[in-house]
Order: sequence, then structure tokens, then C-alpha cells
Amino acid sequence: MSGKSVLKRLDWLTILIYAILVFIGWLNIYSSTFTEADQSIFNFSTLHGKQLFFIMASAIFVVIVLALEVNFYERFSSLFYLISMVMLLGLFVFGKTVAGATSWYDLGFFNLQPSELAKVTTALALAKYLSDIQTDIKRRKDQLYAILILFIPVLLIVPQPDPGSALVFFALIFVIFREGLPLYYLSIGLFLILIFVCTLMFGTIWITIGLVLGLILFLLLKRKNFKVPVFQVAIACIATILFSLSVNFVFEKVFEQRHRDRFSLWLRLEKDPKKLEEIQKTIGYNTYQSEKAIESGGFYGKGFLEGTRTKGDFVPEQHSDYIFSTIGEEWGFIGTATVVILFTMLFLRLTSLAERQKNDFSRMYGYGVISILFVHFFINVGMVIGILPTIGIPLPFMSYGGSGLLFFTILLFIFLRLDSNRLKESF
Amino acid sequence: MRKILLSSIIIIIGITFIGRLSYLQIFRFSPNQVMEDPAIKAIYDYPERGYIYDRNGKLLVGNDPAYDVMVIPREVKSLDTIEFCGLLGIDKEKFIKSLKKAKTYSSRLPSVLVHQLSKEDYARLQEKMRKYTGFYIQKRSLRYYDTSSGANVLGYISEVNERDLAKNKYYIQGELTGRTGVEKQYEELLRGRKGVQYIQKDRFNRDIGPYKNGSLDTLPIQGKQISITIDKVLQEYGEKLMVGKRGGIVALEPSTGEILSMISGPTYDPSLLVGRQRSKNYTKLYNDTIANPTWDRSILAQQPPGSPFKALNALIALQEGVIDENTTVRCYNGFYVGRKKRGCHCGGGLRNMNSGIHKSCNAYFAGAFRKIYDKYKSTDDGMDVWEKHMKSFGLGNYLGYDLPYGQKGRIPSKEYYDKWYGDNRWSSSFIISNSIGQGEVLATPIQLANMMSAIANRGHYFTPHILKKIEGKNIVNPKYTEPKHTTIERKHFAPVIEGLADVYRKGTARWIQIPGIEVAGKTGTAENFTKIDGVRTQLTDHSVFVAFAPVNNPQIAIAVYIENGYYGSRYAGHIASLMIEKYIKGEVTLKNLEKKMLEKTLEHEYAKPYSGKEFKINEYVW
Repeated sequence: MSGKSVLKRLDWLTILIYAILVFIGWLNIYSSTFTEADQSIFNFSTLHGKQLFFIMASAIFVVIVLALEVNFYERFSSLFYLISMVMLLGLFVFGKTVAGATSWYDLGFFNLQPSELAKVTTALALAKYLSDIQTDIKRRKDQLYAILILFIPVLLIVPQPDPGSALVFFALIFVIFREGLPLYYLSIGLFLILIFVCTLMFGTIWITIGLVLGLILFLLLKRKNFKVPVFQVAIACIATILFSLSVNFVFEKVFEQRHRDRFSLWLRLEKDPKKLEEIQKTIGYNTYQSEKAIESGGFYGKGFLEGTRTKGDFVPEQHSDYIFSTIGEEWGFIGTATVVILFTMLFLRLTSLAERQKNDFSRMYGYGVISILFVHFFINVGMVIGILPTIGIPLPFMSYGGSGLLFFTILLFIFLRLDSNRLKESF
Repeated sequence: MRKILLSSIIIIIGITFIGRLSYLQIFRFSPNQVMEDPAIKAIYDYPERGYIYDRNGKLLVGNDPAYDVMVIPREVKSLDTIEFCGLLGIDKEKFIKSLKKAKTYSSRLPSVLVHQLSKEDYARLQEKMRKYTGFYIQKRSLRYYDTSSGANVLGYISEVNERDLAKNKYYIQGELTGRTGVEKQYEELLRGRKGVQYIQKDRFNRDIGPYKNGSLDTLPIQGKQISITIDKVLQEYGEKLMVGKRGGIVALEPSTGEILSMISGPTYDPSLLVGRQRSKNYTKLYNDTIANPTWDRSILAQQPPGSPFKALNALIALQEGVIDENTTVRCYNGFYVGRKKRGCHCGGGLRNMNSGIHKSCNAYFAGAFRKIYDKYKSTDDGMDVWEKHMKSFGLGNYLGYDLPYGQKGRIPSKEYYDKWYGDNRWSSSFIISNSIGQGEVLATPIQLANMMSAIANRGHYFTPHILKKIEGKNIVNPKYTEPKHTTIERKHFAPVIEGLADVYRKGTARWIQIPGIEVAGKTGTAENFTKIDGVRTQLTDHSVFVAFAPVNNPQIAIAVYIENGYYGSRYAGHIASLMIEKYIKGEVTLKNLEKKMLEKTLEHEYAKPYSGKEFKINEYVW
């Protein structure tokens, strides 16, 4: 296939959104690391300079990704997966520790974060496994294998410790759901999360009361000929209450105070204004400051390089995980809404691209890409605007960070490369 | 279903985020967040508070520099605590405690470590201050009083509290604001406007440079120097006479409505509420709930006015044409309300208006009062007319003077009595006590003074006010320069004033005459009651005196209200005469009266209800 036809078949809308996001990201990294003393753009000792370098490096990788044969990715996906797992394992010996987490290899000019690579390889490996002719997702054993593929990187990343990155891999469950994992897994999962949150907010007693009331209501409204599976319902209720009790136990006994504080900040559990202020100054400092920074931007924002809280460095990690708060302060609601809409458009576009794939592997990988990008977006923005607890993961394409930008780009463009080939039935 | 699951979640999350962002950035956003922005430091430049002068240009209130030692806890480096405490003049425990308190407030914002150093301590400390990083000296200005009088008029300033901060966005923690009196009323004039300079800072609290290149910075506006209408000499003299007595005195200039003096007894030295002892002294004053020195009786004490009201009832009766000056009423050492007799001390006999006033005959005025009501078909109509006339003298409502506090007093209306007795179930005999200033009427001393001012002007008054000049220029405010007309025609004043002058010449106040000054006055003796252990108990009458002088060219109108001073010409009359003489002549020749007033106190009267024993009231012993 000639290179020209690849370019023709690329989805340029996705690339356009990608480019805009990268550009907005860089602009805000520039602003949040801006000092009067150094205003040059091409200075690789500054963070925005480095990021510019990574953007150019990413562009080179885009060319490489697009130039490679399509079946290269499917064929070698198991190998890539293996390599990345070895690299994760190797961190325990050769890893470089930054801010308490041993998550990087020091390559001199650049710190490589293998967990970012693992996101790409795990998505590939999962797609490969699920698309295998011998895999039947209705089978328990195959379900287990599929989930194991996600679980291995999680097990390797949690002890770094980097629970935030580990969490991302669970998003790939969406891929398995798309391919036929029974939806009641999802329902049970959501139900448990609901019980967890409700227990913290209202307590076990209210959950019990709620259950009993619900049952009574159900019995009153049920159709006459509907037989109630009494035994199962009773077991479910008891299990729910036990789960709720265990939530209490875990929250009080297993969690540390900082975890409890994060939850109490997230769920607005703390009613005592003095303690709340204390939490806002300590564990909730980042969230509080980023919320305030966003709020102070108002509708129109304070203008490029005019964000006082950004200039004053009040939001920690503002160029990386909290880049969205810079956008909020300097570009206001117009800026934040634009970014949210761009991301939403990107995800929807990718979903429609994935759905039009004739090749199973391409579709499944596409879903992997969307899942990973979306969960980053969801957790990161949710955290920065104060509706999710603090979990440190970057905003794709925008946050400062070489490995992140590089591998998110590769992740996306592998899919675009697969998509460019969708009309061909086989490789 | 499986195909749209992820898309639906994506769309829901997108909408949720937009919703949350619009809440944060549109709903919760308020444009003036410069003050709350931790990245912007405001440096304030406080102008000096304006001075206050009296009507003759004598200084009443000025400023004194004071020095606070401030601390920014996180900048504090290790130091020789003992030496530093020695310089500050405090002990080590207190130092550690204050430092801890400052730390709890904020480690990056300045707190006051030691309030208001003396000038000597400041001089000693100043040179060595550089040694102690994290500490600095903040210059402030404190009020300095060039008089020990007028605390109630001048008011005081103190630090703003939470409520002030919530009410007025101008203030920030630690600033001062006027609390009562002129300081409160003219806070904005006196205060000026602080200048501000905004500095952009980083997270480590380091200055990075001016915020927006100083485009939002402002220069301070100086506080204004003001003159008030108070006569310092008269005010001080009045307070001297009030020592040991409770009550209020208000003196006005009838031709302008300017308040010459406003005295409340007991009072306190305004300097008590300045400086390091301020809060201790304030608590002490505030907790004295019996003598109540912080309660300005001259404008807040609503009391039955007593006989001075007879002058008004005479005027109303004349205006309504129900009597003329020759109408006579026979006094049977009292008068009858139905079959019940009410007493009178005038001596009895046939009374006309002149002798009714100067002998203060109750029967005469009860008769006149009835005639006002009898003129109208119903008591309701009579009541309306009477109320309208009374209120035209500024009674029964706020006078509208420029001081932050006031009381309405009370002129009862027909609705008031309907509530008490029921519709149409009362008549003029039910309310006959109002004819002699008892019953349901209430007035404050300033209202009584204003009433005399209206009589002195033969039918109009100028709203009393306290502000005279701003920066040396007379104020022009139509509210105070346009006369308020009463509903009584000018011609009716002559006979009443003649009666009031006779009060002095040959009536109830003849023994407190001032040589060379013709005074029109009226004594009053107001019955009053208190509750002791739940039992309504009568106390010694209040002594009331209202006057203006000279009769033909009034320069001063005065009301003196002395609680439990017994009959009108006693304490109140004495004090009124002395003040009138002091104001008009500039000196006092009534040395006997003056000596008596300076020596006598009424503390024994005020102690009676709290003695727990039976006591006599209205004793003649001086």
C-alpha cells in the first residue's frame, strides 16, 4: 500500500481535534510555568520548552506509526505486552524514584514511564486475545483470562506506588463488555459503588431502611402472576447489608486518615467548618486551590498569562495533572467548556470509528483506546473541578509529561492506522 | 445496547462537567475577588482620621500615634526570647501565648503581637527591631481626646467585628470604625478612604511585582476635619453639674436647631475607651446595667414629660378655639374625673391661662383638655386632632437628627387606646392624665428641648443636628435649614410664653431666677414606678425642667430631666438656670445654686430600690 493512500484514508477530524488539544495544552503549560525572566519558547531547560520537544518527538512517532504495516500491531501485540510487563518489573530494580513513586527509567535526557507504554500494549494484547477465534467471552475461563490481562499491569503498578495509573487499566473492562461480558457484572459493580457512597453519606441504618422500604414498595406494585424468588432476594439483601457494614469497617480500620479525608472532602461529609477548613488546607489543598482558580476565571477568564493564581503557583502540579485549572482561570468557562466539548467530540468520533470497523481486532483496540483516554479525562477533570477525589493521573494530550504525550499519541495513532485500513477485509 | 453504552456514558459525563463548570464559573463567580485572591497582596495606606472641633473651633478629638508590634509567624527565626520580651515589656509566657495565637490565626498573615506600645517603649525597640526577623512595627493612629466630656456625643472607635465585615465590604479585619455618636454617624467623612496597592505574589508568599502594573491601585483620601455644634464649655459644665445624678440634658439653639450640648448622666471619660485598657474598661462600663453609663439618656430615655406638656395643651386649646386666655377654671385643690378626685398643688381657686401655667394647675389643664375633645363629635376625632398637633412639635416620632440612635417617644393615638380599652369604650376622662404630661405620653429630653425650641420660635423649629462644618465650611443641608412649622398659629404663642415667663417671675421657678436674663420655663414633676420583686412600687418623682432664654431673643432652649430628683425646680430647675447663665453670660453668678448642684448627689435615691428595705419617697430634705 502506498503512503499516499494511508494519508487519504486517515480520519482527519480526529487528528484535528488531537492537534487542537495538544496546542491548547502547550499554551497553558507555557502560561503556568511562565516567568517574566524567561519568555523564550525554544528553551529546553524550561518545561514548556521540553514539552515542545516532546510534541515534535510525538510527530515523528506519528509518522513511524503510520508508516508501519497494519498487521504489525496485531502480530506482535503479545510480544509488546510481554516487553512492557518486563519493563514494569524492571522498575523494582532499576527504577528512578520521583516524589515517592518508583515509576520511571532514567534515560538521561528523558524519564521513561513504562506504565504509559503498558496502557498501549495492554489495549493491544486485550484486543488480540478477545479477537482470537478460539476465545468465547461467554465462557467463564475466557472471561478470567481477559481480566487477567488487565490485572497483571495493575499488580505491577500498584506497588510503585501509583494507584492512579493502575486504576486506568480497569477502564479496559469496557472493551470486554462491548464484546459480550454479561452486563450484570457492570450492574453489580455500580450497585456496590452506590452502596459504598451511600454508606459513607448516610450510614448502614438508612441503607437497611431503604432496602426494606424498597422491598415493600416492590411487593405492593408487582404484578399478581409474578413469583418472587424469596430466597435469592433475601440473600441479596443480607449481602448488601453485610457489604455496607464492611465498608464501614474498611473505612474506619483499614483506611488511613488521609484516605478518609479525601473521601470526606469528596462526599462533603465534614460538616464542622473548622475541620473542613483544616482539610482544605492539608489533604484537600490541591482540590480547593484548583476549584478556586477555576471559579475565579468566571465566564471569560482572566486572559492568557493573566491568571493570578496560576502565576502565584497556588495550584500544585498545575502544568501536569492540574493543567485544566489553568485553562479555567485564564480562559474561563469558554475555555473549559471548549475543552470538555472537544474531548467529548473526540470520544464520540472514535466510538463511531470503532463501530465501523469490519475487523474485530481493530474494533476492540479502538474501544481500548477510547476507554483509556476517557477514563483519564473523566478522573482528571472530575478531580480538578472537585467532583471526584484526588487521583493523580494526567489529562491526555494536554498535561505536561513526555511519556504521557508520547504514548497517548501512539495509542491514538495506532488506531487511526488500523482505521485507515478498515475497507480491506484481511491483511 | 452494548454499542451505545459507552457513548451514553461519554455524553452524560460531558454534560455533568459542563454543568459543574457553569456552577463554578458562572453561578459561583463573583467579579471582585481581588480581595480573596491569595495571589494578590493588598498593602494599605491609611489616612489619618479627621479631627473633631466644637462650634467655636476648640479641639475635641485628635489623634495620637501608637505602635503595634506585628508578627508574621512563618518568617520568625530563632531569637533571644528573653531579651526580646524585655524590650517589649511583657513576660515570656505571654509572648509564647501570643505567638501561638498568631500562628493559629495564620502563619503567613500578620497578627498583632503587642498592642499599642508606649512612645518610650517604641523608641527603645525601634533600633533593635531589625535583629528580629518576622517582627515589625506598625504605626497606627489612636484617638486622643482633648476633653473628658461628651463621650455620648463623640462616640468611640473600635476594631470592626464579623458583623461589620459582613455589612460593609470596605472594611477588613483589624480596621477601626466609629461605634456610637459622631464617630459612627460621620464615619465615612472622618475615616477618609484608605489607599491600596496590589502586589502579585507566588505560593511562597514572595512578591513578584505590582498586580496589573498598578492599574487598580488607589491613593488614600484624607479624613475630613469636622466641627460639631456642641459648645465644649457648656458641655463640660453640664457634665460637671450632672455628677452623681442620672438623667439627660439637651440644649439647642432655637434659631438654627444646632445642639449646643447633650449630656447624659452618669457618663464616662471618652479616653477610657482608647488604648490598651479599652476592652477592659468597656466591659466594666457595659456591665454596669444599673447606672448604665453607655446608654445615652439625652436621646434614648423615654419618660413621662410631666407638666411641661401643659404648655402644649394650652396651645392646642387656643388653636382649637375652645378657650381663650381669659377663660377660667376653678381648682378645688384638684379636679374630678367622674366621682374620683385628682389632686393639684397650685393652691386652688379660680385659674386663668396665665396662672394656670405659672402655678402649674392640674385642674385648669384637665378642663382645657376636655374641651378640646368636647369640641368634636366623637372622642376619636378629638384624639386625631390632638395627636396631629402634638406630633407637629416633633413628638411621638424620630426627630431626624444626625446621630445614630434615637427613640420615638410616644404620643398615643386612638388605635392605641382602642387596643387597650376596646373600640369606642374610652372617652377623654380615661386619658385625662395626658393633659398634664402623665398617662401614656412619653418623650426624650431632646424632644422636650425641641418642643421648647418650637415655642421659643413662636411656631416652628429646625431639626436638631450635630454637624456644623466640614473642613471649615458650614454645611448646607435643607433638612436642617428649612423650618418645620407646627400646626399652631403664631398669635397663640404670646399668652403661653407670657405664662412661661411668669413661671420664672412669680411661679414655680421663682427661686432659681437668673439676674439680668428673662427666662421662659416650665417645671415638671413626673411620677414614676418600678418593679421591686414583682411589686409595682412608686419611686421619688423625676425632676423635669424645660426653658428658653432670653424670652424675646431666644438663644438657648433647654430640657433637663433628672431621674428621681423630686419636683421640677429642684435639680432640673437648678441645672437649667446654671446652664442658661453659663451659656448666655459665659460665667455663673448663681454661686449658691452652683455650689449646691456640685455637692449634691442623688445616689441615695438610686440606692433605695436595691436596698431591700422599705423606703420613703419624695422627701423634702435637701
